[in-house]
Amino acid sequence: MADTITLEVTRYCPERDSEPTPHRYQVPFRKDWVVLDALNYIKDSLDGSLSFRWSCRMGICGSCGMTVNGQPKLTCAAFLGDYAPGPIRVEPLLNFPVVRDLVIEMTDFMAKLAEVKPWVIRRDEKPLSEGEYRQTPEELDTYKQFSMCINCMLCYAACPVYGLDPHFIGPAAIALAQRYNMDSRDQGAAQRLHVLSQHEGIWGCTFVGECTKVCPKNVDPAGAIQQYKLTATKEWFKSLLMPWSAR
Amino acid sequence: MSPYRCRWPLETQPSAGMLSGMLQVSQHDVVIVGGGGAGLRAAIAIAEHEPRLSVAVVSKVYPMRSHTVSAEGGAAGVISPDDSLDEHAYDTISGGDWLCDQAAVEAFVMEAPEELLRLEHWGCPWSREPDGRIAVRPFGGMKKKRTWFAADKTGFHMLHTLFQTSLKYDAVTRYDESFVTKLLVDDGRVQGLVAIELMSGKIQAITAKAVILCTGGCGRVFPFTTNANIKNGDGMALAYRAGAPLKDMEFVQYHPTGLPFTGILITEAARAEGGYLLNKDGYRYLQDYNLGKPEPKPVLRSMELGPRDRLSQAFVKEVEKGRTVEGPYGPVVHLDLRHLGQKTIDSKLPFVRELCLKYENIDPVKALIPVRPVIHYMMGGVHTDINGAAPLAGLYAAGEVACVSINGANRLGSNSLPELLVFGARAGRAAAQYAAEHKPPGSAAVAQALDEQTRIEQQFMHATEGRERIAVIREQMQRAMELGAGIYRTGASLSEAANELRDLQERFRRVAIEDHSRTFNTELTAVLELSFMLDVAEAIVRSAEQRTESRGAHQRTDFPARDDEKFLCHSLVFRQPDGTSRVEYSPVTITRWPPAERVYGK
Repeated sequence: MADTITLEVTRYCPERDSEPTPHRYQVPFRKDWVVLDALNYIKDSLDGSLSFRWSCRMGICGSCGMTVNGQPKLTCAAFLGDYAPGPIRVEPLLNFPVVRDLVIEMTDFMAKLAEVKPWVIRRDEKPLSEGEYRQTPEELDTYKQFSMCINCMLCYAACPVYGLDPHFIGPAAIALAQRYNMDSRDQGAAQRLHVLSQHEGIWGCTFVGECTKVCPKNVDPAGAIQQYKLTATKEWFKSLLMPWSAR
Repeated sequence: MSPYRCRWPLETQPSAGMLSGMLQVSQHDVVIVGGGGAGLRAAIAIAEHEPRLSVAVVSKVYPMRSHTVSAEGGAAGVISPDDSLDEHAYDTISGGDWLCDQAAVEAFVMEAPEELLRLEHWGCPWSREPDGRIAVRPFGGMKKKRTWFAADKTGFHMLHTLFQTSLKYDAVTRYDESFVTKLLVDDGRVQGLVAIELMSGKIQAITAKAVILCTGGCGRVFPFTTNANIKNGDGMALAYRAGAPLKDMEFVQYHPTGLPFTGILITEAARAEGGYLLNKDGYRYLQDYNLGKPEPKPVLRSMELGPRDRLSQAFVKEVEKGRTVEGPYGPVVHLDLRHLGQKTIDSKLPFVRELCLKYENIDPVKALIPVRPVIHYMMGGVHTDINGAAPLAGLYAAGEVACVSINGANRLGSNSLPELLVFGARAGRAAAQYAAEHKPPGSAAVAQALDEQTRIEQQFMHATEGRERIAVIREQMQRAMELGAGIYRTGASLSEAANELRDLQERFRRVAIEDHSRTFNTELTAVLELSFMLDVAEAIVRSAEQRTESRGAHQRTDFPARDDEKFLCHSLVFRQPDGTSRVEYSPVTITRWPPAERVYGK
C-alpha cells in the first residue's frame, strides 16, 4: 500500500485569483484518516492559507460538506481508503457561490430557512404549568426523520433544480417545513403552505431524488417534497371547490 | 467554462486595501457571544423579557454548528413522582465533591424541569413513553431516573429547536461567522466587543451596554478530546484578559468512554441502558474501585453508573495493573452493549451504533467497543453569581464558559444541558435588566476598538517575520497539558507544564503567518484561537498547582486526600497587568448539605 496519496484541492482567494483552480498536495495515506484529516494535514504542515469549514468531526454539526470526487460529502465521514489510490479531488459544494477555497456562501439558505417558519405555531399556547403536550412514540415517528436534518447543504449541492433556479426554496427547507407540519404539537401548516406555494420552484422538482441519495442523515427530503406537493394540490382543489374553507 | 460561481464576480472582487481602514461600528443593547444552547436561550429570554431591547448574537460559526450539537445522552430535570428536587440537588453536590455552590444548585434543580418543558413546547422531539408523556432514563451519579433525552442526539435536537425558535424574534440580530477578538472595557464597565466578520475580513466594533459570554468550553487545549475544533476557550480568555477572574479552572472532566484516535464520545447513556465496562480479561473492573457490586441490570449510582471522575481514575489504575488492552492508539478497555440487543440499541442508542460503524468499523450489536477516557468538559470558567453576572460590570456568562458553580469538582452527566437553559435564561434576564438601567457606551469604547484593529493589523495581518508554525506550538501545548495536568497530577508535572507554557508563550511572539488576505482567513482565526488557548492553559495549570489536595476531577498523587480545612473553597485566577496570574480563594456556599464522604454502589 502506498504511504502517500494525492489530494487535488480547489484553491481560490478573491483578492488574488481570477478563478478557482486545483492545486495538488501529497499527504500521508492512513486508513483511519478521513478527507478532513488530510485537509488539516495540509493546513497544519504544508500551507496554512488553505480555508475550509469544520468543527465536530463526528457528522453532526454539518460544517464540512464539500465535493469529493464529484459527489457532495461530509469530509469528516469520507475515508481516504475509499478513494485509494487517488488522486482525490476536493472541491467546494456545487450550486453555491464560492467565498474562498472550499468555503461556500450559504446566506441564501439561512434566509430560506426562516421563511418556512421552522418553529411550533399554535393558536393557543398551553401554559407550562399544565405540563407537556402528549405525543406518542408513533406520533413522534411521523416527523422524526425530517427533524434529523443537520443543514449540511449536501442536498442543495446535489439538487438539479436548485442548480438552475436559485429561487427554489430547496430540499432541506421543505423537509424542515414538513418536520413541523407533521408534528402533532403544531398548528401552522396553513401558514407554511402559503409560504411554500409562493415558490414556483417546487413544481419543478421532478423527483430525481438526488437530495435523498446524498443525505448523510437519511432525512429523505425528496419524500418530504412529494408529501408537500400532495398536500398543496389537495388544498388547491379545496380552495377551488370550497372557497369558504380557506383560512 | 468554470463550474464555480464566485461570491465576488471578477469586477467587484475585494482588494486588501478596500477592506482595511474604516472601522465599522454597530450598536445594540445586549450582545451575546456564542450561538449555542446558552447563547440562544439567553437571546430568547431577552427578546421575551424586554422586547424593546436590541439583542445581537455574535458567533464564529453558524449557530446550528455550535458544539451543543454534539451532546448525546440527555438533560436532567426532576419529573417522576418518585423523584424530588432535593435528591437531584444531593446527587449534584455529592457528584461535585462538595465544591458546588448549593444555593445555585437549588435554583438549578428547581428551574431545570420548567426549562426542559419549555423546550418541549417549542418542539424539541423528546423521547416518549407509550402514553405520550416525556420519557426519562438513568444517568451516571443520579439516584433516580430523571434524564430527558431525544434518543442519543439530545444536544442536536435541543440546539436546532432553540435556533429555529429564535428565528421568530425580530429583536435578535445575528452576526454569523464573526470572530470576537476583544471585550471593550471602559470606566470599569464592559461596553461591547471587537469582531472580525470572516466572509469579508472586516474588523468591526459592536458596542453594547452588556455582554453575555456563551462560548462553551476549552477542550482543545488538550490533545485528545470530545470537543469540536471550535472549543478554544475564547470566552474564558476574553473575560480573563478583560480583568474578570476564572473560577475552579483546575477541574477538567475526563469522560470515561471516548473512541480511540478520534476522541468521539460514546454517550454515558450506553451504560445507563445497561452497557458494561470490561478490562482485557472480560472482567467488570469497576467493582474493584469502591463503586458497588456487578449486577446484570444497571443499578443507579453504582458500577458503570458511577460518576465520571471515578470511572476515569479507575481506568488509569487498570492501566497500571496491566489489565487494559493495547490498541494502536494506546491502552483501551471495552464497552460491551451486545447483551442489550439490536432493538434497544437502535431505539435508544442509534447514534452510538452509527458512530461505531462509521468510525471504528465495528457493530456494537455484535462486537465490543474500544474506549478510553477523553477530555470532555470544563467545570471551571468565568466566575459568575447565580444570575450569570461576572464581577466586572456589564459582563455576564452562561453555559460551559461560566462557573456558577453547580458542577463543583466534577459535573454529573446530563446536568450541562439543563444548565445552559437555566443559566442562559437567567443571564439573559439579568443582562436585559442591567441594559435597561444603563446608558449606552461612550466614545472611549470605539477608540479602544480602533486600537484593537491596529493590533490585529500589525501583529498578524502584516507580520512576515515569524518562523514558528501555529500547529507546532498548538501540539506542544496540548502535549504539555496532557502530561502535566491529566487525570492524575503532581506538583512536579504541573510545574513542568507551566514552564513549557511560558516557553510557548514566548515562541508565540514569533508565530508564522502565511496568509495575509482578508476573505475567510482561517489562519488568522487559528492564530487568535491559539493565543486564547495558551492563556486558558496557563490558568488551568496555575490553579491546579496551587490546589494541594485531591477533589473530584483534580487528583494530586502528591496530595491524595480531600482537604476541607484548606480547600473547601473556589479558586479564582486573575490575570495581572504583566501577563502573569494570581490565584485567590473564595468560600463555597453550603446551605443544607454539609461536606461528607462520596459514597457510590451502596
